[in-house]
Amino acid sequence: MSREQFRILLYDLGRKRGKIVYHDGRNHFIGGSGLAAMLYAIYGHADKPWNHAEQPFILTIGPLTGLFPLMSKVVCAFRSPYHDQYSESHGGGRAALSMRFAGLDGIVITGKAKSLCCLSIGSNHIDCKDVGFMRGMNALASGKLMRRMFSRNSGHRSILRIGQSGEIGSAMACINIDTYRHFGRLGSGAVLGDKNLKGIIIHGDSDFDQPQGKTYPKLYKELYSRVTATDMMKKYFDLGTPANLEPLNELQSLPWYNLQKTSDPAISTITGEAFAGDALLRNGACSGCPVGCIHIGYFREKSLSASRYHFHQVAYDYEPIFAAGTMLGITDSFDILRVLDSLEKVSLDAMSGGVALAWATEATERGLISENETLVPLSFGAAENYIKAAAFLGKGMNEFYKLLGQGTLKAAARYGGEEFACVLGQEMAGYATGELYFASQSLGFRHSHLDTGAYSWDQKNQDKDVDKGVTFLIGDEPGRVLLTSMVACLFARSVYTNEVLAECLETTGFPGIASTLEKAGEEIRKLRWQTRFATGFNPDEISIPKRFYKVKTWKGQIDKGFLNNLKTEYGKKLRRFDEPIKLDITDSKEK
Amino acid sequence: MKQLTTPRMDQCTGCHSCSLACARLIHKKLSWNCAGIRIESSGGLSSGFRAIRCLACDPAPCAEACPTTAYSQRKRGGVIVRKNLCIRCGACVAACPVDAIYENTQKEVFVCIHCGRCVDFCPQDCLAYEDIDDIEEVLL
Repeated sequence: MSREQFRILLYDLGRKRGKIVYHDGRNHFIGGSGLAAMLYAIYGHADKPWNHAEQPFILTIGPLTGLFPLMSKVVCAFRSPYHDQYSESHGGGRAALSMRFAGLDGIVITGKAKSLCCLSIGSNHIDCKDVGFMRGMNALASGKLMRRMFSRNSGHRSILRIGQSGEIGSAMACINIDTYRHFGRLGSGAVLGDKNLKGIIIHGDSDFDQPQGKTYPKLYKELYSRVTATDMMKKYFDLGTPANLEPLNELQSLPWYNLQKTSDPAISTITGEAFAGDALLRNGACSGCPVGCIHIGYFREKSLSASRYHFHQVAYDYEPIFAAGTMLGITDSFDILRVLDSLEKVSLDAMSGGVALAWATEATERGLISENETLVPLSFGAAENYIKAAAFLGKGMNEFYKLLGQGTLKAAARYGGEEFACVLGQEMAGYATGELYFASQSLGFRHSHLDTGAYSWDQKNQDKDVDKGVTFLIGDEPGRVLLTSMVACLFARSVYTNEVLAECLETTGFPGIASTLEKAGEEIRKLRWQTRFATGFNPDEISIPKRFYKVKTWKGQIDKGFLNNLKTEYGKKLRRFDEPIKLDITDSKEK
Repeated sequence: MKQLTTPRMDQCTGCHSCSLACARLIHKKLSWNCAGIRIESSGGLSSGFRAIRCLACDPAPCAEACPTTAYSQRKRGGVIVRKNLCIRCGACVAACPVDAIYENTQKEVFVCIHCGRCVDFCPQDCLAYEDIDDIEEVLL
């Protein structure tokens, strides 16, 4: 099935017409992150805003998707409503294998539909249905209805959809993938909303001959054994990412109460063990991943009378627990799940939504805003009102919530409180590990804790060597970019070394990529950043709010000078990518 | 005589590793459909998963329906498959009462041959390869 050329579906929502095109460039841009940046270079518009009809919404997979364990994610690329720059978000669920078995390396959606619609894509069909009746429908109800409306291929399809936050253009709107996964950050949901696209259903309804010879199944078996039978992936299999809550709290690196603290004894009720013991209902997996790190919790609600109940299922992870838990001072696992459920329904990114509400709480405490703005009184630990506030934020219930949904700093610019807005490029991720992490998230490509291993570097390095830190950030990125071009789950980065990736590619018919891996990693990194700069990125415009300088970790108080120097020098290093884009291949034209 | 069984599907996470293994090892395909075992969610991911597989009928309606003996009766249940005899008529697909035979767009058909090779690829221990006399209960 190996294809040297990329097979891409272009779909124009304005005309409700699609076409299949083939592009060269595999050895340069591989797939995933690289392919997405390449497609944006071809179909995107650096001179037009995020909500221009011609801007593309892009989904890509990689050459190894479905061929090896944990090659199970999709890159979603778009111009972000959060900062109007080129952005990526990564998600799992069934989306990657559905695209693989629909026979598509990429999907590029342009135009705006005249009315709300759902797009169904498979190996031998494209169907766009008007769904005006779904306007205002939450993400979970939308999933139920889409399953019924597009009833074929149960279990072998992926359902992407948005809730109300995407429809109203919130810059924190995510895209729900198969109920428990997301394209979370930087507002991809608003891009779909702006295109009048309520959902996309991808049917993985074709098959391919596998690579010939005995080497491929042998290599698969070896990698399968490594990810399932050794300790390599144990933490994701057992408690999942919430296993990190207790150690980070211990290290004084877990943000609490809008980052007013980095540790609290109250952690004991919401550790990975506590969640597994009290609230874990079952586990799930992205298709093609035997690790199965998805942890699905439950909570009960009373209905009708005191002794009658119904229950809800909600996925949890380290980051959502930080955002809807410690950041808001909520220390009951079921209450955290209730807040997450509220965020899920309106399809708000949990991290962004939680951090925004944490700022709103402190702003309330300081008298900058009141119930006139928040509609319910916000105070740390008061879960019931956060459940309501999450829905208000997602639905843009009033001017305050509409503005907050565009970004915490935007609300702070109006109401005050910029100094305690926990924003590093976007609302912070749950790592207050130290200076390098703060610099990394501020300027990192996705403003994600996974852009680099800075949070880990902080924990292993005590010295304040700016060159060493920045050299680490720059050096760590291309390897991660390679993985997100394959598109591997980054949890598997210890398994998929460059040597292993090369072997996988050789075995499955991609010797051209295998022989130029490191060069391709650099080339893709460069193209991503060039695209980012071309769409407005300026490291000097990103400031670090004062709250971050007051953080105290196990290493002591954050060193302001060190943090500033790291950010300045990292920004300077990134500026070398601020140059015009030239797709360095002669064969990237549409065939 | 052994059979593939699915005694612990409650533990399934929907990773499809079993289907991918069958397609890869038996049918030389990259597919989650061209396999003797297929995993479906039962009403969305919130409701868990079920295995679509051959329940080893004896006599097997698919073998009886096959006009070319590409499918013939396996002793004590299921079918023996001779792929080179198949004319892709799809009669077996229609005959199977539990939808266990998958037909792809090229009209190739895929059914479990009870070889048990998928079992090692289930990370959740949902599957088993058991002696027919030891099977206490048929579970899906």
